[in-house]
Amino acid sequence: MLAGILSSLPGAVSQGILWGIMALGVYITYKILDIADLTVDGSFAMGGAVCAVCVVNGMHPMAAVLLAILAGCVAGAVTGILHTVFDIPAILAGILTQLGLYSINLRIMGRSNTPLLKVETLFNKLGNLLPALGNSYIAICIGVIAVVVVVAVLYWFFGTEVGSEIRATGNNEDMVKALGGNTRLMKAFGLAISNGLVALSGALVCQSQGYSDVNSGQGAIVVGLAAIVIGNVLMGWGKAFGTKMVSTIVGSIIYRIVIAIVVQTGWVDTQDTKLFSALLVAVALAVPVLIERYRNKPRVEE
Amino acid sequence: MLELKNIKKTFNRGTINEKKALEGVSLKLEPGDFVTVIGGNGAGKSTMLNMIAGVYPVDSGAVVIDGRNVTRQPDYKRAAYLGRVFQDPMMGTAADMEIEENLAMAYRRGRRRGLRWGISRQEKENYHEALKMLDLGLEERMTSKVGLLSGGQRQALTLLMATLRQPKVLLLDEHTAALDPKTAAKVLELTQELVEKNSLTTLMITHNMKDAIRLGNRLIMMHEGRIIYDVAGQEKKALKVADLMSKFEEASGGEFANDRMILS
Repeated sequence: MLAGILSSLPGAVSQGILWGIMALGVYITYKILDIADLTVDGSFAMGGAVCAVCVVNGMHPMAAVLLAILAGCVAGAVTGILHTVFDIPAILAGILTQLGLYSINLRIMGRSNTPLLKVETLFNKLGNLLPALGNSYIAICIGVIAVVVVVAVLYWFFGTEVGSEIRATGNNEDMVKALGGNTRLMKAFGLAISNGLVALSGALVCQSQGYSDVNSGQGAIVVGLAAIVIGNVLMGWGKAFGTKMVSTIVGSIIYRIVIAIVVQTGWVDTQDTKLFSALLVAVALAVPVLIERYRNKPRVEE
Repeated sequence: MLELKNIKKTFNRGTINEKKALEGVSLKLEPGDFVTVIGGNGAGKSTMLNMIAGVYPVDSGAVVIDGRNVTRQPDYKRAAYLGRVFQDPMMGTAADMEIEENLAMAYRRGRRRGLRWGISRQEKENYHEALKMLDLGLEERMTSKVGLLSGGQRQALTLLMATLRQPKVLLLDEHTAALDPKTAAKVLELTQELVEKNSLTTLMITHNMKDAIRLGNRLIMMHEGRIIYDVAGQEKKALKVADLMSKFEEASGGEFANDRMILS
């Protein structure tokens, strides 16, 4: 059993890193903008669908990834417009886009599943260069490169004038308006960036596993939240933005390792992993609330 | 500098909660005017300020700031001309961001934001100097999160932010009402200092009649959506609290005794 767990670790780590980029996207909406954006499930699958179709039709796998990011940004912008222009509550706006994307993703692929057979992906390209490395290690290499680039770009962006304005919008809308900031535009912009990252993650996961599936994004938002809360439990001491991003990636990796362990040991059946994930996130979100409530309980002197 | 032309505003029109907030308010401020605004609850003081800032659209009338008709502009566009400090100290600053980051955003009020770094080295030095003026020691805590500051400190910071880039008009909506008396006095002193130093055109709502008389060069009293008293210069200087009380009772028919204004 221990051998089984150990052998599943590299795969879990690689999935954790690739899905971690999606978690960073969720971090932008959930933590920075203070919006629960449910577009994620749809934009993750969309990233995979766009990437798969492009690669199968002979496009360079890198260009396919860039196109997937663009598609994700558009999906996020749609949610943003529904929310900011038409004042539809953010959760509902996200659900509407997500539902619509399911059909759109089927249209993009023409069917529910697109395998990447006998085509070049970023992963088998690197695999050919480094034949000594196993598939999981190749995925870890590409994942680490992607994460480093994404974290660096986000760190820069959220330090700029526009990035500061997005952060402030999630913090205090009244203040941003009083200082001449267009909070609606900032929210839509933030949603677009977030879903661009989610689609990037979907595209990389699609290339690493060699197929795209219309259901691949199901529950992605929960996986993203799990990564954020686990990261916060482990590295909550770090308040700096850079630390928060790293903790989210670490949380994503730990989440995958936990899932691998409970499945390998047989504690949780494979088909119950989604229930397990939901409970994990629910407990992680509920515990701090309960602790706070206990602390604030009035102490009655006997 | 600021002109209101017959502003009218009714909230919840046609419902049981219909409230006529402003029933034709006209007001003209010359550059450098410091006008204090008093009046009972529901007199329309805050609504008037919100109309100037563009928080809600007017039903009719016009708002002209420095010769520009801004009546149709949304609040965030008008912000280019206005400095605002709210009653709630939490409203004017971003709690999860650093003191210097808050100042940097205030410094960019009304400017186009781009992909330049959010704060420059030169700016930090300027903010250091500006914070010294507050005399709260904040210049040594520039990278602290604003959420760690007290209400009074946050309000002083908001005031500095509102004037960091010279506004055409400074709008103060009972900005000391939520503070303890000592802190309130300090923030008020700072207000006077900043307004005088930059000769700012200012509109300040207060429920403290002594402050309303002591500060500024002009005083207006509002009642039921109208300006019922407008006094400036020597005449204002000679005012006593008792004068304002009788003026108010005259207008409201005695209901004044129940109002919280009497407490101050």
